[in-house]
Order: sequence, then C-alpha cells, then structure tokens
Amino acid sequence: MWLNRDIVSIGDFSVEEIMEVLDRANKMLPYASSGHPKKPLADKIVATLFYEPSTRTRLSFESAAMRLGARVLSLGSLEASSVAKGETLSDTIRIINSYSDAIVLRHPSEGAARLASEYADVPVINAGDGAGQHPTQTLLDMFTIWKELGQINGKSIGFVGDLKYGRTVHSLSKALSLFDVSLYFISPEELKIPKHIRRDIEKRIPVKETKNLDEVIESLDVLYVTRIQKERFPDIEEYKKVAGIYVIRPSLLSRGRKNLIVMHPLPRVDEIPAEIDNLPQAKYFKQASNGIPVRMAILDMILGSE
Amino acid sequence: MNEEKMLKVEKIRRGTVIDHIPVGRAFKVLKILRISTDPGVTVSVAIHVKSKKMGLKDVVKIEDRILDSSELNKIALIAEGGTITIVEDYSVIKKFVVKLPDIITGILKCSNARCVSNMESAIKPSFTLLSKNPLSIKCHYCEREMETDEIMDSIL
Ligand SMILES: Nc1ncnc2c1ncn2[C@@H]1O[C@H](COP(=O)(O)OP(=O)(O)OP(=O)(O)O)[C@@H](O)[C@H]1O
Ligand SMILES: [Mg+2]
Ligand SMILES: [Zn+2]
Repeated sequence: MWLNRDIVSIGDFSVEEIMEVLDRANKMLPYASSGHPKKPLADKIVATLFYEPSTRTRLSFESAAMRLGARVLSLGSLEASSVAKGETLSDTIRIINSYSDAIVLRHPSEGAARLASEYADVPVINAGDGAGQHPTQTLLDMFTIWKELGQINGKSIGFVGDLKYGRTVHSLSKALSLFDVSLYFISPEELKIPKHIRRDIEKRIPVKETKNLDEVIESLDVLYVTRIQKERFPDIEEYKKVAGIYVIRPSLLSRGRKNLIVMHPLPRVDEIPAEIDNLPQAKYFKQASNGIPVRMAILDMILGSE
Repeated sequence: MNEEKMLKVEKIRRGTVIDHIPVGRAFKVLKILRISTDPGVTVSVAIHVKSKKMGLKDVVKIEDRILDSSELNKIALIAEGGTITIVEDYSVIKKFVVKLPDIITGILKCSNARCVSNMESAIKPSFTLLSKNPLSIKCHYCEREMETDEIMDSIL
C-alpha cells in the first residue's frame, strides 16, 4: 500500500505508518553516506520541481534518490524556464508526469502538492508548500527524536521561539500528539501557538504553554528551538528584547535532564550560539543529516519493488 | 399556538419557504440566492421571529422559485438544520431539513489567500466537514480550518 503513494501531508499518516517509515529509515542509515549496494531504484527517474529556491531540501532529495541508484531530473531554476511563464501548476504536472517515476515538489502556494497529486499518475512528494506542509521534515524530526531517545512515547518535548508562524512546529506537534507525549509551548505572547492547533492537540495529550523557558527546562527530553524573525515585530527594539530571552545558553542546558537533546530545523541565526555546537545535547546537525535516510526510506517505499 | 400565527407575512400561493434560519442570517440567505439582482422574484423576510426551538429565528419566503442543490448546500452552510418547505396552491407539498454533505465542493472559497485553490481557476475549492455545531470545515488543499464567521464571508 506504500507503492505509488503520494506523500502530501503528515496528517495522512497513522502512528503505525509513521513508525514504519522510521523503521525503514533506520535500515537505510548504513547506506546514507555510501549508497545502497543493491541500487533498488536503478531504473527509476525522480524529478525535482522547485518553484522556490531551497537548495538544501532539493539537494537532500536528489542525494537520497541517487544513493538508491535512481536518476534525477532537476528542473533547476524555474524562473528561467518556460514552466514559469504563466503555465498553471496542473498543466506543468501533467507534462512532468510523463518524464519521471516520482515528482518532488516545492511550491509557494499552500495545497499545491495536494493539487499536483490529483493531476499526476506518478507519486508526488511534498517538499514544502508555502506555509503549509513539509512532511519529510516532520518525519526526519521524529526520526531524530526516536533515534536519539530510543522511543517517542513517554517523552516531553518543548518548542521554543516562533510558534505562531513556524509550520515546522505546527506539523511536528500535531504528529507527536498521536503518541503518548507531553508538549510544552514556550514563546512570547506575540508568537504563541495558534489556538486551533492547541485545541486539536489538547484533545489527545497534555499541553503546557508558558513564556518562561527556565521554568520548564528541567521537565524536557527534547528542546526544539526555532528562529524568531525580525519581520514579525513592528519595531526592532521589541524584537531584540524578545529574541534575547530565548537564546540557548550552556548554563540553561546544564540544568536540563541528562539525556536532553536540542533540535533546530536550521538555518539558525543567534538563537543557538556556536558555543552550544560541541555540547552533547546539540543534535541539530545530526537532525539535518537524517534527512537523507528518511527521504531514502520514503522513495524506496513508494517506488521500490518490495 | 403555532409559531406561524405570529408571523405577519402573507401566505404565498407557490414557492419556497426557508424556515429556522439562525437569527440575523436572513440577509445572507438573500445574498447567496442573488435576490437583489433579480427583480422578477417576490420575497418576504421575517426577522427576529419567536421560535420554540431556537428562541429567535429568521424566515425567508420566495415566490415562484424552487432552489437547486447548490443553493440548498449554501443554505445548509448558513442555516444547518433549517427547514425548506415547498408550497403549491397555498399548501405544503414537500418539506425537508437541509443537511450539509461531508464533502462540501464548489460553494465557497478558501479563506486562505495563499491557498492553491485561489490561484488556479480550474480547481473547485473543496472542504471536509469537521463539525456542524459549532460549524467547522477544513480545506482539502491547504488544510486551513475555517469556522462560522470566516465561512459566512467565503460563500460564493
Ligand atoms: N402557503 C404558505 N405561504 C407562506 N408560508 C407558508 C405557507 N404554508 C406553510 N408556510 C410556512 O412554511 C413553514 C412550514 O410550514 P408548516 O405548516 O409545516 O409549519 P410548522 O408547523 O411551523 O412546522 P415547523 O415544525 O417546521 O416549524 C412555516 O414557516 C410556515 O409558516
Ligand atoms: Mg414552525
Ligand atoms: Zn485552502
């Protein structure tokens, strides 16, 4: 049932299916830097169609495809190509459909991947649709927690920073709420988690909201840090005041649990200073590199012969 | 006493009565039925009518017009549980309660300006019904959840 499946939204996944992906990603881990010896996707073509520049995500998908032996059709910069010249997304998808065995799509409009999946016969993987979904990011975040802490159930995860606009936080917290976890939302008043998301999550698991990171650090197994963007504040002084409160310091982490891990979707700015990088808690680079085995797992599941 | 007896509205010979509209929403019903641009139809509106079931309600009566399924679905959004009565020769020949389908297609647009359904004209906006009371729906494309006020403003 994975064969030819579209990967559009993490909301389409059950707990069992998430665990299946994590398990498969774990099996891909040994091949994530050397390539899969059996080249299971040797006869496949994966097209990456990016309407927005996002070099890291595109390269991560392309690398994952190549590690499985697939060939990659990269549509490069779309501004320069005819596809961008007024052609509708649905028309473009109908054409690319015949060039490839899977389409990886990044698009600025929310819901673009769902639309694409309705026009393509080949599976569509959503690599981010505006402020909407980015399911492989959510899966690699979950893989990181699972891998580093041994399991997801029973853990306490704290999100800190911009919880209002950060789609990473929205998708991940919703997906985590399917498990037996506790969630902490730590943010300034202006950047609180949207009410409808909190309401939905609270139906299943305990949630605590606070402005004060110090107050909850000792309860956390995961500290998931996000960037607070200047543009969200009317004046720069207000921004500096707020952003300064949530900078992660070694002294803060030393008060945390022994196995506490710090994650971040990257790129970071000042919220995690370089002095944190060498601490055992710092897992954000590992997290980014987990994009490869997770995307290999997804590609292999939807295109592979098994 | 029948609620109707308190209504100072003339009986109609032939047409459609939309009853049990949540109070204040009668004008919304007129709007989606494009009444103001069609001088050919006679319409009576009663607002703030006392009702046993609802406390207060609105009622709209339209002469010589039968509603199509798209209009009925729009009315279900505005007045879920509202009653439609079809009148012929001054008497009721058919009466039913409007009901929202689980998938709502083509009768409202997504309130998210960045939603792909607002970008490509070929796409019919589509929503999943999450809850009737309070009303809440979810966009099939961008997954935005919309509640009553936003929904009322987005009906096509
Ligand atoms: N000839 C008519 N002209 C105008 N309105 C009518 C006519 N016949 C019925 N109606 C209206 O249609 C609606 C339904 O009629 P019905 O006689 O079934 O009323 P009811 O007993 O109030 O039922 P309900 O339980 O739906 O309120 C009422 O609002 C009534 O006022
Ligand atoms: Mg009545
Ligand atoms: Zn939408």
